Amino acid sequence: MSVHKPLGGRILTAPFIFFGIIFLIGLYFMAQRFIYGMGAVSNLNGGFAWGIWVVYDVVIGTALACGGYALAFTVYIFNKGQYHPLVRPAILASLLGYAMGGFGAFFDMGRWWQFYEIFLPWNWNFNSVMLEVGLCVTAYILVLVLEFSPAYLEKIGAKRLLKTLNKLLFLFIALGMLLPTMHQSSLGSLLIVMGYKVNPLWQTWQFQPLLALLSALTMGFSIVIFEASFSTVGFRRASETPLLAGLGKIILGLLISFLLVRTVLLVVQGNLGHLFAGDRASLLYVIETALFLIPVFILASPVNRNHGGRLLIAAVSMLLGGALYRFDAFLFTLNPGVGYRYFPSVPEIMVTLGIVSLEIMAYLVLVKTLPVLHREEHA
Amino acid sequence: MKRRDFLKAAAGAALCGAGTAAQARPNLQPAEKAVGMLYDSTLCIGCKACVAKCKEVNHMPPVIEGDQTTWDSARGLSAKTLNVIKVYKNGTAASKDVEVNGFCFEKRSCMHCVDPACVSVCPVTAMRRNPLTGIVTHHPEVCIGCRNCMMGCPYDVPQFEYNKTFGQIQKCQMCNQAGVERIDKGQMTGCAEVCPTGATLFGPRKALLAEAKRRMTLKPGEIYNYPRGDVSKPYSHHEKVVPAYLPHIWGEKEAGGTNVMHISAIPFDKLGMPPLGERSPASIAEGVQHTLYKYMALPAIALAGLTYVVHHNTDDDNEGGES
Repeated sequence: MSVHKPLGGRILTAPFIFFGIIFLIGLYFMAQRFIYGMGAVSNLNGGFAWGIWVVYDVVIGTALACGGYALAFTVYIFNKGQYHPLVRPAILASLLGYAMGGFGAFFDMGRWWQFYEIFLPWNWNFNSVMLEVGLCVTAYILVLVLEFSPAYLEKIGAKRLLKTLNKLLFLFIALGMLLPTMHQSSLGSLLIVMGYKVNPLWQTWQFQPLLALLSALTMGFSIVIFEASFSTVGFRRASETPLLAGLGKIILGLLISFLLVRTVLLVVQGNLGHLFAGDRASLLYVIETALFLIPVFILASPVNRNHGGRLLIAAVSMLLGGALYRFDAFLFTLNPGVGYRYFPSVPEIMVTLGIVSLEIMAYLVLVKTLPVLHREEHA
Repeated sequence: MKRRDFLKAAAGAALCGAGTAAQARPNLQPAEKAVGMLYDSTLCIGCKACVAKCKEVNHMPPVIEGDQTTWDSARGLSAKTLNVIKVYKNGTAASKDVEVNGFCFEKRSCMHCVDPACVSVCPVTAMRRNPLTGIVTHHPEVCIGCRNCMMGCPYDVPQFEYNKTFGQIQKCQMCNQAGVERIDKGQMTGCAEVCPTGATLFGPRKALLAEAKRRMTLKPGEIYNYPRGDVSKPYSHHEKVVPAYLPHIWGEKEAGGTNVMHISAIPFDKLGMPPLGERSPASIAEGVQHTLYKYMALPAIALAGLTYVVHHNTDDDNEGGES
């Protein structure tokens, strides 16, 4: 017997139509990209070969989609069964976020018609971080589809298939924890080879994967809080604050580890001076650190952890901090050499907004039609 | 109990990882019969014959700026310009090869790194370093266009054709790409062949390095007999007064070294060369990757541990079990 049920209600609501329009605008520019080439819609150039399509859609988008990953650790490793009601909506959000990342990677691919070349083993270069990211993200999308499939199978009443799947689900859950650990850390490793192009405040060499992983987990837990708070308000459901308060404690540990590792590295790797350079990079570093510190102060107090509003502020601050950390390293402070500048074009931004809108629309439809959110009496 | 076991295992795995992290590989060494070029900025007169020849070899159109149709106006590397001559100017730009109130020329083209980042990062092996000649070639037939080579290259050499529906990466392949194969045929690169002053010299990396080192030992004001074309079999020589070379051969050691080396009288950072150390970033990245993924041992151990704990926890706990 499922503890989840569809929300029901109208599909064509005002927000749905709003996101639909944005999606259509994005779709128009996407079509242009495929017809006339990337140059027709983006400001990408010889120095900035990766713009917002890679950095937002893939690098940040998949970190924002780490809710399912973070929660899986809590529920299945630390055996906190009480969080189980949050798992299915988190898995759905992760599936949609990763699908968006995969789609973003596809239309950012300069030679998209040859995308399958990365799946042919005789092409593989095992030195390549990108190979690990590409294969691992693909595998994880498939795992997420399987992890989420019980919601659909319940809906159509495929009981036998559901039973078989449930017997094997532990394997997919385990894979669902291993794979993000691999590719989320690799997303950080992509920065290593970029060497001096990455600002010294963000170039931590061998420690890139560790910091990427810690920040991805932080963002994963934050998005769970954010989404749960948002559905509480948006769909007028009972508050899940008591459940979320416990997550706050885990996040506090992650945040402190992240800040500690980063600060120690800044000193040990001899880059402390850059922090006081008073340039744009040092300012961005300070803003980022502040965004990570605000939630530390909020979550340190048990009273705040049980306060829905403050918890939400902490989550939003962390999400912004984590996103900025990636933006700064990959884009804002990147220095590919003299003469290269990048700011995304309007069509480029619209493509990204279009994809995000599609993601939100899909979420709205799926929680209304499939048993995703848990029944309120179990809250 | 089980949680503690898991944490123990996780800590053990983390320690293994940290312990082996020191095994990062050293920089790659120059290929056995590496060929390359030596660009002597002090010999370059900025005629851009090399630019024109490069376009001819690669079937690329000249870059036209305004009404200027006499020469190629390309200012930097692009998908249509794989080799370019840039100018350094300071103050009154009165004398050549002088940093203050002077000017000089600088060549930009693929440096054919000894430990190339583009080759290291390419997921589909579309960038390859020839094990014998060290030439770095590109193979668009397998390229997916992820452009990691562009992000990894410290010199921003690989360029993507953004303005084509079906674009590809373009870069200098030292005139040895399929269909051209000048090196395999015993010829030299196009740019070295047409250089009137021997500023671009072709040859085996070892011989070029020896020539560069010899020039470092010359006294400014002396007369030196400069070779043209291929350093191992020059087609002619010309005598010229030796300038005040900086004692720095760019590409001898930078990020593991390059097969195309530069010498100059003006510091390379002024000429737009990137701030590189001797360690190749590719060697660091590969060290991390191979530590974490050697024989897929760590992922396999982690998966086994995770599967065990998840199975255990989902069996025990009805409330926490899947629904």
